[in-house]
Amino acid sequence: MARAVTNNRKALNTAIAWSIGLVIFFPILWTILTSFKTEAQAISNPPVFLFFDWTLENYAVVQERSNYMRFLWNSVFIAGGSTILGLIIAVPAAWSMAFVPSRRTKDILLWMLSTKMLPAVGVLYPIYLLFIKMGLLDTRLGLTIVLMLINLPIIIWMLYTYFKEIPGEILEAARMDGASLPKEIIYVLTPMAVPGIASTLLLNFILAWNEAFWTLNLTAAKAAPLTAFIASYSSPEGLFYAKLSAASTMAIAPILIMGWFSQKQLVRGLTFGAVK
Amino acid sequence: MIYTVSRLMGACAIAALSTAATAETLTIATVNNGDMIRMQGYTDNFTEKTGHTVEWVTLEENVLRQRVTTDISTKGGAFDIMTIGMYETPIWGANGWLVPLDGLSEEYDVGDILPAMSGGLSHDGTLYAAPFYGESSMIMYRTDLMEAAGMEMPDAPTWDFIGEAARAMTDRDNEINGICLRGKAGWGEGGAFITAMSNSFGARWFDMDWNAQFDTQPWADTLNFYVNLMNDAGPPGYATNGFNENLSLFQQGKCGMWIDATVAASFVTNPDDSTVADKVGFALAPDTGLGKRSNWLWAWALAIPAGTQKEDAAKEFIEWATSKEYIELVAENEGWANVPPGARASLYENPNYQEVPFAQKTLDSILSADPNDSTVEPSPYVGIQFAAIPEFAGIATEVSQEFSAVYAGQQTVEEALAKAQALTNDAMEAAGYR
Repeated sequence: MARAVTNNRKALNTAIAWSIGLVIFFPILWTILTSFKTEAQAISNPPVFLFFDWTLENYAVVQERSNYMRFLWNSVFIAGGSTILGLIIAVPAAWSMAFVPSRRTKDILLWMLSTKMLPAVGVLYPIYLLFIKMGLLDTRLGLTIVLMLINLPIIIWMLYTYFKEIPGEILEAARMDGASLPKEIIYVLTPMAVPGIASTLLLNFILAWNEAFWTLNLTAAKAAPLTAFIASYSSPEGLFYAKLSAASTMAIAPILIMGWFSQKQLVRGLTFGAVK
Repeated sequence: MIYTVSRLMGACAIAALSTAATAETLTIATVNNGDMIRMQGYTDNFTEKTGHTVEWVTLEENVLRQRVTTDISTKGGAFDIMTIGMYETPIWGANGWLVPLDGLSEEYDVGDILPAMSGGLSHDGTLYAAPFYGESSMIMYRTDLMEAAGMEMPDAPTWDFIGEAARAMTDRDNEINGICLRGKAGWGEGGAFITAMSNSFGARWFDMDWNAQFDTQPWADTLNFYVNLMNDAGPPGYATNGFNENLSLFQQGKCGMWIDATVAASFVTNPDDSTVADKVGFALAPDTGLGKRSNWLWAWALAIPAGTQKEDAAKEFIEWATSKEYIELVAENEGWANVPPGARASLYENPNYQEVPFAQKTLDSILSADPNDSTVEPSPYVGIQFAAIPEFAGIATEVSQEFSAVYAGQQTVEEALAKAQALTNDAMEAAGYR
């Protein structure tokens, strides 16, 4: 009897989880479906779900109008560069906060997080002026630095949480065996925190990929990533929903595929230390 | 002989070098609409003629506005040409942020630009942006539904006629709404429509001392008329409808009438997208007999930011893109219905273009709009659906949010007007106008 209840509960939980998953995924599914419709079908009321004349015309138009590969490369460079640069800075910072905390460590952690609460537009003009002075406007390097700085508090916080779960005695033992600080971090700490570092890397890559304020405001023609590519198909005066959907699908496809293949690592990393 | 050949080769090398030296790459910020995208497709023609290449930055209208404003106000120099509208041009021209468009070639024929357009894109008589295309607003209506209602649309109807016709055409059982109008919050969406409409009811935003005028009877008349009309004959949820939502409804045969931008005429008469393409008629925007109609005036225009290092090449591009030759190039390849409208007088004198069904009404609408004299009572501002002052966009967005709350049934007309009056006066006082 008890087993039957457990099975029923499992089935219910599965059904609820699938329902929530479908609700969350539905906008993406609808975008993908719309990208294969004509503009007239895209706005038809009642909307058509699967039974319409599928067309690749929107993709052809988008390919012809935009240099997709350039936007894609910029996205990969900026998201990848900012994440790696962020990790290089964040790993030692999180190590020191986790294993050799000072009286101010908690205050510093909270202060770092508070910078995320500042509306980005509040510092748009100072950053823009700095970029002009430093010749970084519309450059991949400039965007990489800005996105790294924006995501750095999250990277440090995540790594700090993972590092706190690692017993300090192990590191002490390594020190007793004569390991230097860099060796301790590279050969002892990092392998033990791989799931955490991997999920931090993935999450920040996704955050940087999707960032759409700085990437739109600090770029023009050369360094614009896929967020600018999508923005170029949005229009308040003209119905271009099917083309916009095709552009959106092309922009999210790489990150969607990457997320699909790395979901195990993501879940493992995000739940790392959640259950003691 | 050898000497001659050497001299020829030398001359060729110098010519090649000089071409390379003057060839520039222009970065142009523009909006995503049909005409602008079409222009991008003809960029090769410009490159062939001048040697200059072009890199496009295409953005959604509101994103573009924020992006170019940041760049020009900081002298960032990210763009060599910007696509801006009638609202920004006189303000930026007055600030010295734009290069005056003087010294344009004789072949360009600057005198051919419609006076309403050149007037709205100038400051102190100096042209700061060249119109790529211009638009006003007009009535687009279903001829079959109008006939079924036993009525006939005049060329220049009144709001009373529109109200009567809308209620007669409404058929709730068949999801046909007598009229579709913008109600969405935003100064360029519902705010633009209600401001243009208020002009025909004798309202204005400010008196000559920059005092807000929402506590006057014409504003109450405007808003009450709009709300009653839309509640009786408008689509459900009209408070969130903008241009695209109404275009979609009209194309699917769910609107008897639609009053909006003249550029919509080419969309609703396109049989590929519209189910009612062969049943559309056009008329001037309505009035109330006070001498002002409820149509607006707008242009997307090309301007050169003062910080650019490529001023000469940028001028060459603007001359090419807004020339008579460009219009002929588009007509030759894609037909006269697809040329950018509303900018040049010669287009409307062209017999080929006169055959386009909405051409004459578009021209009449543009010619009847005067940004320098838009209100019945005198007003201190330039602009029809806006007041060309930097503070307007922020104030009008808040005011239109209050109005949209009325359309959604969240507050009364009186409450919205009282709030609009207070917030406008506060903002104008803070800005030093009062």
